[in-house]
Amino acid sequence: MKTVLSIGVVLGAFYLLWMAAVPVMNIKWEVSQAQRAGVEVWLPESGIRAAGNWQLLSENLHLAAGTYAQEKPRLPSPVQVFAELWETTVEKKITSKRSLIFHAQVTLSATLLGFAMGTALGVVLAVGIVHLRVLDASVMPWAIASQTIPILAIAPMIIVVMNSVGITGLVPKAIISAYLSFFPVVVGMVKGLRSPDAMQMDLLRTYSASAGQVFWKLRLPAALPFLFPSLKVGIAAALVGAIVGELPTGAVAGLGARLLAGSYYGQTIQIWSALFGAAIVAACLVGLIGFAQTVVLRRMGMAR
Amino acid sequence: MRANLNASKSASWAKDLNMIQPVIEANRLNLTFQTNDGPVHALKDVDLEIEKGDFVSFIGPSGCGKTTFLRVMADLEKPTSGTITVNGVSPEEARKSRAYGYVFQAAGLYPWRTIGGNIRLPLEIMGLSKSEQAERVARVLDLVELSGFEKKFPWQLSGGMQQRASIARALAFDADILLMDEPFGALDEIVRDRLNEQLLDLWARTGKTIGFVTHSIPEAVYLSTKIVVMSPRPGRITDIIESPLPKDRPLDIRDTPEFIAVAHRVREGLRAGHGDEV
Repeated sequence: MKTVLSIGVVLGAFYLLWMAAVPVMNIKWEVSQAQRAGVEVWLPESGIRAAGNWQLLSENLHLAAGTYAQEKPRLPSPVQVFAELWETTVEKKITSKRSLIFHAQVTLSATLLGFAMGTALGVVLAVGIVHLRVLDASVMPWAIASQTIPILAIAPMIIVVMNSVGITGLVPKAIISAYLSFFPVVVGMVKGLRSPDAMQMDLLRTYSASAGQVFWKLRLPAALPFLFPSLKVGIAAALVGAIVGELPTGAVAGLGARLLAGSYYGQTIQIWSALFGAAIVAACLVGLIGFAQTVVLRRMGMAR
Repeated sequence: MRANLNASKSASWAKDLNMIQPVIEANRLNLTFQTNDGPVHALKDVDLEIEKGDFVSFIGPSGCGKTTFLRVMADLEKPTSGTITVNGVSPEEARKSRAYGYVFQAAGLYPWRTIGGNIRLPLEIMGLSKSEQAERVARVLDLVELSGFEKKFPWQLSGGMQQRASIARALAFDADILLMDEPFGALDEIVRDRLNEQLLDLWARTGKTIGFVTHSIPEAVYLSTKIVVMSPRPGRITDIIESPLPKDRPLDIRDTPEFIAVAHRVREGLRAGHGDEV
């Protein structure tokens, strides 16, 4: 109940702030439209271009209502965005190119494939780092360096290179997702695999346990509580990667393509609804991992 | 028939050998740790014999090398010089043949395993069959009076119960030697008394050889047949006391003059070890 209330308060504040910002952002267009239509408006002597938004709004308050219903507003109102979301998810057929679910599903498949690849790579690297001194010294700096390269710069390169060897579609996007999502998994997994203390290691030594037994019976279970938070970060990063991967291809499908098309044609409402769509997908994915975390840790007796 | 006879003959031979050969024998044992502040003599010229069935306590202030000595026996540390044998072989061979069970200061139970699962851990590693595992788990749980807690997770148990579970884990694979490093150090006095009593009872029933590190004089005197008093810088043995107390020891034996006399001698030994630097 308390969480519902606190979430509600934050959402409410966010909504009010957004509603308050809409007239300020959109008044200029409203005023110039009204002027063209021959409606009486207030304008400063230096002309509309030089006018400040606040002043325009305060002198033309009667036009404020119109700012919530423009076709291509600078800042669409929340009502417009959610109407668009509703229309493109519930009212459109999933097979339609205008369905946000269709686009989300395209991005989601790349995200999940990339996340699986990134997680596998991250776990393998972490196991290597923990067990081999050579990897410990060599891999981590490269892993960190890889994350300092702006993904926007490297994504087109990956797409172009993959295209030239004949790999198109899902896989190049998934690789960009994997590129972003392996890193938190490596960091969390290394920390987790190293979490057993000296005493725990000594205990297994007194049993003269093999390295494999140490891994499966101690290191891996001890690492799981560290792995899940990393997976949450990783899957959100994978989604960002998939969206970014859709931008440079001029992709025809996917949330990234929606964003790009929206910005080409000034469809701000479409951009915002795609953004919200991405946020909702991300929230669901992170929530799903959180659910898996609860189930797994509870079965292991570690969640109370 | 003949082979059987031979086998039983050699078994009794081994028994005889055990009688004459100490379970643990250390000769001029030295261990020096190289640290940033120069070498630290954790053990200097340590000589000791532990006979089968002994209950030996190691007592001394921190830094006297009592834990280090126990860890050398367990092959968790390597001596710098000198010799040590466990069951007549090197500590490493003894470890690989799983000759001892080790109990640490903290229970160190895996939070993701039930009590039964924790006790099963060494048995799984040693590759025992499922039925054998179940049978042994039930037996040692009974031995430490934790029957009925097999399916509980460690966090559902008190500190004393967790430590008892860790002793059960060390007992599960039935090694002849039990090495215990301040197993009750983190527990309160009342729980500690109770566990001491139980430990003596367990020792009497199983006939194991026990090495027990402690910094409590009453605990050492109450439990041991032999008390090894150690002192620091360099870590060395200053006195070895053969306890005159009978094997059967109720808790109120601690009020008898014999007990107090032994405790006094331990205290003197500890003070003597400190004498040269005060």
